[in-house]
Amino acid sequence: MAEPRLIIVGAGPAGIRAAEQLVAAGLRPVLLDEGQRDGGQIYRRQPEGFTRTPEQLYGTEAARAVALHESFEQLKPQIDYRPRHLAWNVADGVVHTISAGKPGQFAYDALIIAAGATDRLLPVKGWQHAGVYSLGGAQIALKAQACAIGRKVVFMGTGPLLQLVALQYHKAGAEVVALLDTSPFHRQVMALPKLAARPDMLLKGLRIVAGLMASGMAIHRGVTPVEIHGEAEAGVTGASVRLASGEIRRFDCDAVGLGYHLRPEAQLADLARCAFTFDAGTRQFWPEIDADGRSSVPGVYLAGDGVRTQGADGAEISGALAACAALEDLGRPVPEARRAEFRARARIMERFREGIAEAYPWPAHLAADLPDEAILCRCEGITVGELRDAANAKGADEVNRAKALTRVGMGRCQGRYCGHAGAEIVAAATGVPLEAVGRLRGQAPVKPLPVAAGEVEP
Amino acid sequence: MTEVKRSDVLIIGGGIMGASAAFFLRQRGKSVTLIERGLIGQQASGTNFGNVRRQGRFLPQLPLANRSREIWGRLNELLGEDAEFLPSGHLRLAYTEEMAGRIEQYGRDARPYGLELEMISGNVLRDRFPFLGPEIRAGSYSPLDGHANPRLAAPAFGRAAKRAGAEIVERAEVLSVEQEGGSFRAGTADGRVFRAEQMLITAGAWGSRLSQQFGEPAPLVVHGPQMAVTEPVPYGLEPVLGIATTIPEEIIYLRQVKRGNIVFGGGIRGPASAETLRAYVKPENTLGQLAQITRIVPALRRLNVIRVWSGIESYLPDDIPIMGPSARISGLHYAFGFCGHGFQLGPGVGDVMAELIATGRTSTPIEPFTIARFASSATNQTGGHP
Repeated sequence: MAEPRLIIVGAGPAGIRAAEQLVAAGLRPVLLDEGQRDGGQIYRRQPEGFTRTPEQLYGTEAARAVALHESFEQLKPQIDYRPRHLAWNVADGVVHTISAGKPGQFAYDALIIAAGATDRLLPVKGWQHAGVYSLGGAQIALKAQACAIGRKVVFMGTGPLLQLVALQYHKAGAEVVALLDTSPFHRQVMALPKLAARPDMLLKGLRIVAGLMASGMAIHRGVTPVEIHGEAEAGVTGASVRLASGEIRRFDCDAVGLGYHLRPEAQLADLARCAFTFDAGTRQFWPEIDADGRSSVPGVYLAGDGVRTQGADGAEISGALAACAALEDLGRPVPEARRAEFRARARIMERFREGIAEAYPWPAHLAADLPDEAILCRCEGITVGELRDAANAKGADEVNRAKALTRVGMGRCQGRYCGHAGAEIVAAATGVPLEAVGRLRGQAPVKPLPVAAGEVEP
Repeated sequence: MTEVKRSDVLIIGGGIMGASAAFFLRQRGKSVTLIERGLIGQQASGTNFGNVRRQGRFLPQLPLANRSREIWGRLNELLGEDAEFLPSGHLRLAYTEEMAGRIEQYGRDARPYGLELEMISGNVLRDRFPFLGPEIRAGSYSPLDGHANPRLAAPAFGRAAKRAGAEIVERAEVLSVEQEGGSFRAGTADGRVFRAEQMLITAGAWGSRLSQQFGEPAPLVVHGPQMAVTEPVPYGLEPVLGIATTIPEEIIYLRQVKRGNIVFGGGIRGPASAETLRAYVKPENTLGQLAQITRIVPALRRLNVIRVWSGIESYLPDDIPIMGPSARISGLHYAFGFCGHGFQLGPGVGDVMAELIATGRTSTPIEPFTIARFASSATNQTGGHP
């Protein structure tokens, strides 16, 4: 029998640990990655020639980052590593890639998708102004390019990344005007029992909070974002929020980092026709998986933050588990003792994930309360009011119908950045439960595909 | 069994054919109930290319296409909504002398039907349409054709029909249709019963499932159009462009919408299923199309495709639709199986079917489209399988 063809998409913590398991089983997987170097987003490696230390780049996670990078260097000769390969489509057992303008095709017997996460965004009036970045984008600017998104920066939203990025910016010497968190402090206190599932992470979190307190930046929790001020030419000039006290306060700034925790990059899983299920805890649809990462489609496995937002450590474990599941399904021996260990740790990771989701909840009511004039879909320039009108006057009580009538989610991001808020708006306007307004069906390409790719023989 | 709803006409299927028929029947004073399994205009009517093109059609279809084009021209005032109809002109292009000859001949043949086409070639073609690639030898220009937004047109007809008094029943799947005591009866999956004096089946890819219950199956097959759209760029490609060719891989059509995106489709059709209600774009088809659109407009090579999509279209062996009265049962009518070219015809089909149902006759010839042409092949494939 020929060697099974295994493909991993994504060279972050999940993808690398999956590759490690497959190599240990004597296989040589193909590892497709969009990035220039391995590490994914969290352990993103700086470009060749940059000289910052791991401690400067990854802070408290430096040791883990170095360990992952070293594992990868050892794996590299034993795998078929393809950096700068965007997997733009998957169909009929073939992953379609684009690399340096050239299309490529990789057939598989087993596919492990570890595509990572992007920021979960919630529109606010004025978020289309130049100078508004996602938290992840703000962090990558710092990590990969040693750039800040502005001279005077406001960070707004919620989630662990909000605090981490604010502190990283402060340490890097940027002026952080304010950290504005929509989650009230008591939610974090209430989540402590679940967060205590990982005492080490809880401690790191507390150190970040202590660091923020010591930094002198303004910190407000339980805020309601009101508006990002700006002008067409100059971009962002300030951000206003309603504080927990009810007072409206404006912070002058030239850039805003915005984000409400993370959402799985599940488009490839969608194109692979994996079933999705609604998660009431985070109010979103995500792909169905079993405890080891098997999707509903035989031969397709999902791992890392691209399926459940457990963070880097959880991603490493879920990557290893997905690889074990693939080996098992291919009739290969599985390291049972290690797998039992992985599964036990995965349960801890999942409990902690729930704790984070409860501590920093997705503020659904803020989406429902957005003013009509706010831009919802930045790609297409569609306002909240236009979507509400389609929902109310045109009977669009399902998100794909609303998309067809308004273009919300039809632009180049295909709703990855406005889709969750759009669904909340449709649900609130029509009185239909969020679960029933559905999810935007993903279409290829996962990211824009150059027309010039058609001129190259694959 | 729940209460029975009665009307003069029962329409099964809320694509652009059924929705426009409902609208025009209300204009003629008939009471109408339209039953749609999903949402109005959600299937082929909402996923097609959006061509409002007459040139290149089967010649005996031109009177119907002309009638439809006239309605497109006053659609906004008729419906009170904008379906983004743009009479931008349509340019049918040829790579070879042979195809240039064929489109020129078509121009001569179409003239008696009232369709005036202008044959352009060489430097004149390049002066007028400087964006065309060097392989294009000649083109046939139809100044009054154009394009519209398929996502908006059928829903706009549905809402206008509703405002005019039609009952629009969405999310109700009709499972059974029959004639009972001189009237027609439709039963839905959720147990509702609808009755009417006359029935119109406009159920697209699912049309034959219903027509066969009246002993008139049609050999429908389904395919998925392979559609895609680029990022927006400044508006500059005015006419809709389409290639006239006998090579399937070369078939391509494209249009630029006013806000800037370029929509294209064509080539090898993709898989679709009337059972699962899904249709797919094959990645290799998308790549194949990219090579073709840059042959027509080389400058497109600098753009990016941001999205692809498909839908469930129904085709008949002779590539023309079923439209007109049943050959067996009085009061029963059909309009389905439009073989990938129904969008332009939609308003005209609705208008003609309303005329036919209300008056018993139509001034527009539709004889070639009778379902009777499949009567001898009633034992052929009858389902909606691909």
